[in-house]
Amino acid sequence: MAEVRLENVCKHYDKVVAVDNFNLSIQDKEFVVLVGPSGCGKTTTLRMIAGLETITSGRIFIGDRLINDLPAKERNIAMVFQNYALYPHMTVRDNIAFSLEMRKRPKEEIEQRVREAADILGIEHLLDRKPKQLSGGQRQRVAVGRAIVRKPEVFLFDEPLSNLDAKLRVQTRLELKKLHERLATTAVYVTHDQVEAMTMGDRIVVMKDGLIQQVGSPMELYNTPANRFVAGFIGSPAMNFFEAELAGGTDGLCLQSGEVRLDLLPEQCRRLERYGRKRILVGIRPEDFRPCERHEQGQTISGEVEVVEPVGNETYVNFRAGELNLIAAVGRKTIVQAHTRMVLQPAMEHLHLFDIDSGKSISK
Amino acid sequence: MAIERSGSKLFKFYLPLVMYLVFLLFPFYWMVNTVFKSDKELYDMSLNPFYIHHPTVHNIVRLFTETIFLRWMANTFFVAILATLISLAASLLAAYAIQRLRFKTSGPTGVAIFLAYLIPQTILFIPLASIIFKLKLWDSLWALVLTYPTFLVPFCTWLLMGYFKSIPKEMEECAMIDGASRIRIFWKIILPLCLPGVLSAGIFCFTLSWNEYLYALAFISSSAKKTVPIGLVTELVRGDIYHWGSLMAGALCASVPVALVYSFFVEQYVAGMTGALKE
Amino acid sequence: MESESIYDRPPGMRQRFSRALENPTVLGLLFVAPAELLLLVFLAYPFVLGIWLGFTDTIVGRQGHYIGWQNYIDLVNDTQFWLTAFNTFFYTVIAVILKAVLGIGLAVVLNRDFKAKGLVRAIVLLPWIIPTALSALCFWWLYDATFSGISWALVRLGIIDHYINFLGDPWNARWSLIAANVWRGVPFFTIGLLAGLQTISPDLYEAADIDGAGSWKKFRRITLPLLTPLLTVVTVFSTIWTFADFQLVWIITKGGPAGATHIFGTLSYERAMQGGHFGMGAAISNFMLPVLVICVLIAFMFLKKED
Repeated sequence: MAEVRLENVCKHYDKVVAVDNFNLSIQDKEFVVLVGPSGCGKTTTLRMIAGLETITSGRIFIGDRLINDLPAKERNIAMVFQNYALYPHMTVRDNIAFSLEMRKRPKEEIEQRVREAADILGIEHLLDRKPKQLSGGQRQRVAVGRAIVRKPEVFLFDEPLSNLDAKLRVQTRLELKKLHERLATTAVYVTHDQVEAMTMGDRIVVMKDGLIQQVGSPMELYNTPANRFVAGFIGSPAMNFFEAELAGGTDGLCLQSGEVRLDLLPEQCRRLERYGRKRILVGIRPEDFRPCERHEQGQTISGEVEVVEPVGNETYVNFRAGELNLIAAVGRKTIVQAHTRMVLQPAMEHLHLFDIDSGKSISK
Repeated sequence: MAIERSGSKLFKFYLPLVMYLVFLLFPFYWMVNTVFKSDKELYDMSLNPFYIHHPTVHNIVRLFTETIFLRWMANTFFVAILATLISLAASLLAAYAIQRLRFKTSGPTGVAIFLAYLIPQTILFIPLASIIFKLKLWDSLWALVLTYPTFLVPFCTWLLMGYFKSIPKEMEECAMIDGASRIRIFWKIILPLCLPGVLSAGIFCFTLSWNEYLYALAFISSSAKKTVPIGLVTELVRGDIYHWGSLMAGALCASVPVALVYSFFVEQYVAGMTGALKE
Repeated sequence: MESESIYDRPPGMRQRFSRALENPTVLGLLFVAPAELLLLVFLAYPFVLGIWLGFTDTIVGRQGHYIGWQNYIDLVNDTQFWLTAFNTFFYTVIAVILKAVLGIGLAVVLNRDFKAKGLVRAIVLLPWIIPTALSALCFWWLYDATFSGISWALVRLGIIDHYINFLGDPWNARWSLIAANVWRGVPFFTIGLLAGLQTISPDLYEAADIDGAGSWKKFRRITLPLLTPLLTVVTVFSTIWTFADFQLVWIITKGGPAGATHIFGTLSYERAMQGGHFGMGAAISNFMLPVLVICVLIAFMFLKKED
């Protein structure tokens, strides 16, 4: 139905830059997630698309329409708010019907479309209740119902799951994704939760301090983060980072940090020779460690286990190797005792390398 | 509070409470006590004045038959209701604009309205009197209808701003996206949601207008146009002759509408009062 | 899209108008206009006019002329004015202190759960609700030199041997007025502060209990400090109202005996409305301004700090 295009969009509040030079083209029917820590500008971007914030500079298109100066009500979008913003003095039915009534649709059509939306969300039995009489999950559904009844060109979601408890959040996440497939409407979804972003988005936009850090599919972000921030933001537990010296190894180069030494793969050596600098930032995901029997300098890291955190499907091991504090996910089958020595082998092909100053990736 | 010796509760709670209540209620008792006494009993110094020996409604009858008390009541009603309606309408719009529309001068406007609330009538009544005179509203109830909002509007605006603040902004934004115009949002979303606020503001306006004394005293002269408090004092005290019984009967009867409104809406009244203080 | 067509049409007058109403500034200014107009004409203008009148010799029904500081010079040489100034300050300071002390006391007493709490709170507010002019009438009667119930009771109890001349003696009259004002003003303090007391977490008192603090210590170290911001606001309001009082004094003593209980409000009324000297009356009113400004500044500083 509609693609959404943002060209060099900026938002300034007095002197504070909330969103800086935002460029993104969202395909028709795509589900794009804006993710980032609070204050990164993701909600501001969404609100600019919605027409709730003015645009300082740049252009936003929905379809072929330039919507910069179009009031919110004429943009043909629907939005689900974090606190749902249900009208407390109206019944669920009136809440869902409100936008259609504002557009003066005929009564029968309103009634039919409300039924349809309620049917999709399984809330027909709640239509005559007031929002106060609903549970959190039910309110969330009504908020979604209010959005889908309009059949808008674009759905906007502003952290719609953050007021639900953990279990319900996972369930609703799934339902929203199914709903999106069924309705096949362009959607922009804002969240601060990277798991939500990974599981829901066709594409993810990672933002920080008003700037886009990286745009890509979930697995692109996971496998090839563009910089240190994205690498640390995506994945849980977060990636291990440490600074290391480049040194001459047995054959080729190796990374040296205190007593830890890791031989680099030939391809990595070639790239680092071109890179030129002697100190780099190394990132290893906890799940890229594998426990080993025997320590072999250059291949493995030997350290002392400090804390063991079993979470059921995984066991996280916090261990110390010389100066380094690292965390490794070793699977549930490995039995580890605190305060014992342990040898871990990192998957060198999954090593992430970054420039220390800029944080930019030099892996690719 | 959990474990308390019973003696300590008596001295820390019941005794002070009773003393306070006696202090606060005694004038009312004295008023009622006077109303139902005959003049003869009232001025007989040998009798216990705290007790009614021969109850009579003579004072009330005299109030309604020999004075135009009902006329004064009607005048007060007229002024209070109109002033309340005007003030509510003006303050609702102003409070919404200042709190929610956030136009350029909304901050200073809010401050100015708060300052207006702090200007007492005693400073304003003399220049107002000359303005009223020039507007040819002297000795007209319209003078009161137009001047009462000067102390009602600032208060109501302040009170309603607090209510508007408590309504989530997203509700309006959602309605905006849903296609409602701002005026529509004000009518369909904001107003229904702040009805309790409008109600307490209305109660305040009504009681404050009903209680007003200085402007009514200064701007009204003919006795048929007086409001109750003015009428009672000026018409029931002739020179040295005080009709205490009827005077107290008038005070009692004129308090009834206010007391009634108040008794129905104590909660809103208290909420409004404390809400306004906290803002 | 079926709704698309409306965007394409060139905007007509009506549409342009409704578009303008969507602009927060346009709608905002439109919405505050009635209130602003009303306050400009009947509040801001008279306020300025009042200051101007204080510099004129305006008499009721006649346009006055600018006479500079003459009214103020006359007032400074007027013993009645100095007595009035003294009365106003005395009345304000004593009454506000008494109201604050008694108001806090009652609030503390009421700040607990008991059966008739709602009813008691309603009763406490009564003096504040009932038209002041009417309760003032009641006090006037209660202060009658011959038929006062207070005198009667005190004589019977053997505390005094002749009836108190409440309103005939200057000092008796001043204290009588203060008593009436306190009676009327205590509820405002109590109800205002009660709301503040209820926001203080009981945990704090329980922690203090465990630390071995007595009732007075708890009040001094927990209640009072936490209540200070609200207490300040309530006190500032009460000070302004007491300082600018009119009706209680006017009804009960009319400023008498022999002008001994006049406060600024009543004196300016007497000179302006009864004497017809608008200029002089306004000048007296204007003497209230400095005190008001100070009160307003205090109120503002506190409200700012609260934010």
